[in-house]
Amino acid sequence: MRSLIDILDLSVSEIEELIATACDIIDNPQKYSEKCKGKKLATLFFEPSTRTRLSFEAAMYELGGNVIGFSESNSSSAAKGESVSDTAKTISCYADIIAMRHPKEGAPYVASKSASIPVINAGDGGHNHPTQTLADLLTIHREKGRFNNLTIGFCGDLKFGRTVHSLINAMSRYSGIKVVLISPNELKLPSYVKKDVLDRNNIPYTETESLEEAMPELDILYMTRVQRERFFNEEDYLRLKDSYILDMDKLTNARGDLSIMHPLPRVNEISVAVDDDPRACYFKQVLNGKYMRMALILKLLEEAKK
Amino acid sequence: MKVDSILNGTVIDHIEAGKGMTLFKLLELGKLECPVAIIKNVPSKKMGKKDIIKIDGDVPIDFDVIGYVDPAATINIIKGGVLIEKRNCCLPEQLKNVVYCKNPRCITSVEQEIDHIFKLTDRENKVYRCIYCETKAN
Repeated sequence: MRSLIDILDLSVSEIEELIATACDIIDNPQKYSEKCKGKKLATLFFEPSTRTRLSFEAAMYELGGNVIGFSESNSSSAAKGESVSDTAKTISCYADIIAMRHPKEGAPYVASKSASIPVINAGDGGHNHPTQTLADLLTIHREKGRFNNLTIGFCGDLKFGRTVHSLINAMSRYSGIKVVLISPNELKLPSYVKKDVLDRNNIPYTETESLEEAMPELDILYMTRVQRERFFNEEDYLRLKDSYILDMDKLTNARGDLSIMHPLPRVNEISVAVDDDPRACYFKQVLNGKYMRMALILKLLEEAKK
Repeated sequence: MKVDSILNGTVIDHIEAGKGMTLFKLLELGKLECPVAIIKNVPSKKMGKKDIIKIDGDVPIDFDVIGYVDPAATINIIKGGVLIEKRNCCLPEQLKNVVYCKNPRCITSVEQEIDHIFKLTDRENKVYRCIYCETKAN
């Protein structure tokens, strides 16, 4: 059974196919409004997430399908001690496809090994978040019109930021990519991502603590939030949470065609004043996420029929 | 120092000196009923010194564990006092319940029934990563 656990589970051509479907959905929503009639999506959210869960639910409703599920582990059988594997087997009897978020890394993979229906990883701890990456890729496609020859700056929490790891993985398959890593020392990109992804694919990268210095060369600035839930120590979180705040002053030296992205939610790392700047793309990303999830649900359900 | 030859069993030879005990533990040889000898720091022309393990009993041995601990070790299978097979080791592609994931964020940290599986991701540097969370094996 085909599932989506890691963005690299999809080939470059499959990503192109999903983007083409998403663009067709944007242009012809009516054509897709009953594609999933009679199908059920189970949203198994063991960790709260308004955005991703509602995006999946909106995606399924717009395809004419239905949604069942839970939005926190306290209201699921996990609170009674049920294993992820048993939950996946049980839900396979009720639904046609699963979207799972879990605070523990690898949980959706475990679910995919037991489920008899497709499982979509909707975020597993600080590990992977492939559908956010699909949203990011559609945004880059629509804003830049290409995936090659781009300089991308990743700023903030690059250590626990799963969206950063997934997008770096996805972009590593295109040519002419340059990466600028902007973070405090404590939240640097893990060495295995640098070695196994950037070095292995010969992607040039630089590391800096200064957002202002990096700004002029960027085609894309990918901001991230320092996430409280990823820290075991509250003191560390409080010390690092305000490391980078993007405001209009910091954009002074930015290119006119810069695209500012953020997986959201933000706290204060992007000033509200930036929202009105035409270079801000983060709310477009949210919408793109819904379209890509629609395209993905269609693809996985289609493959499940075979 | 003399240890008797064995009749039916396995001799793990050419173990890098110092790794014999690690192998003994990972292969859980302490749980066996049959005679087991671990000889440390045996003089060796090729290696300077080496460790040897002799298992005098027809018991299943996980060769992947040996390959993981010391891919240069050799395995001799003895039947009726005669060497019937000599095997060289290599790094296994996958390890199942040999090493355990220590990442507190990994699903294996909360679900005891899940096998701890590590995949070889970098043969040159002998790097294994957890298939669930990608944490490197220590």
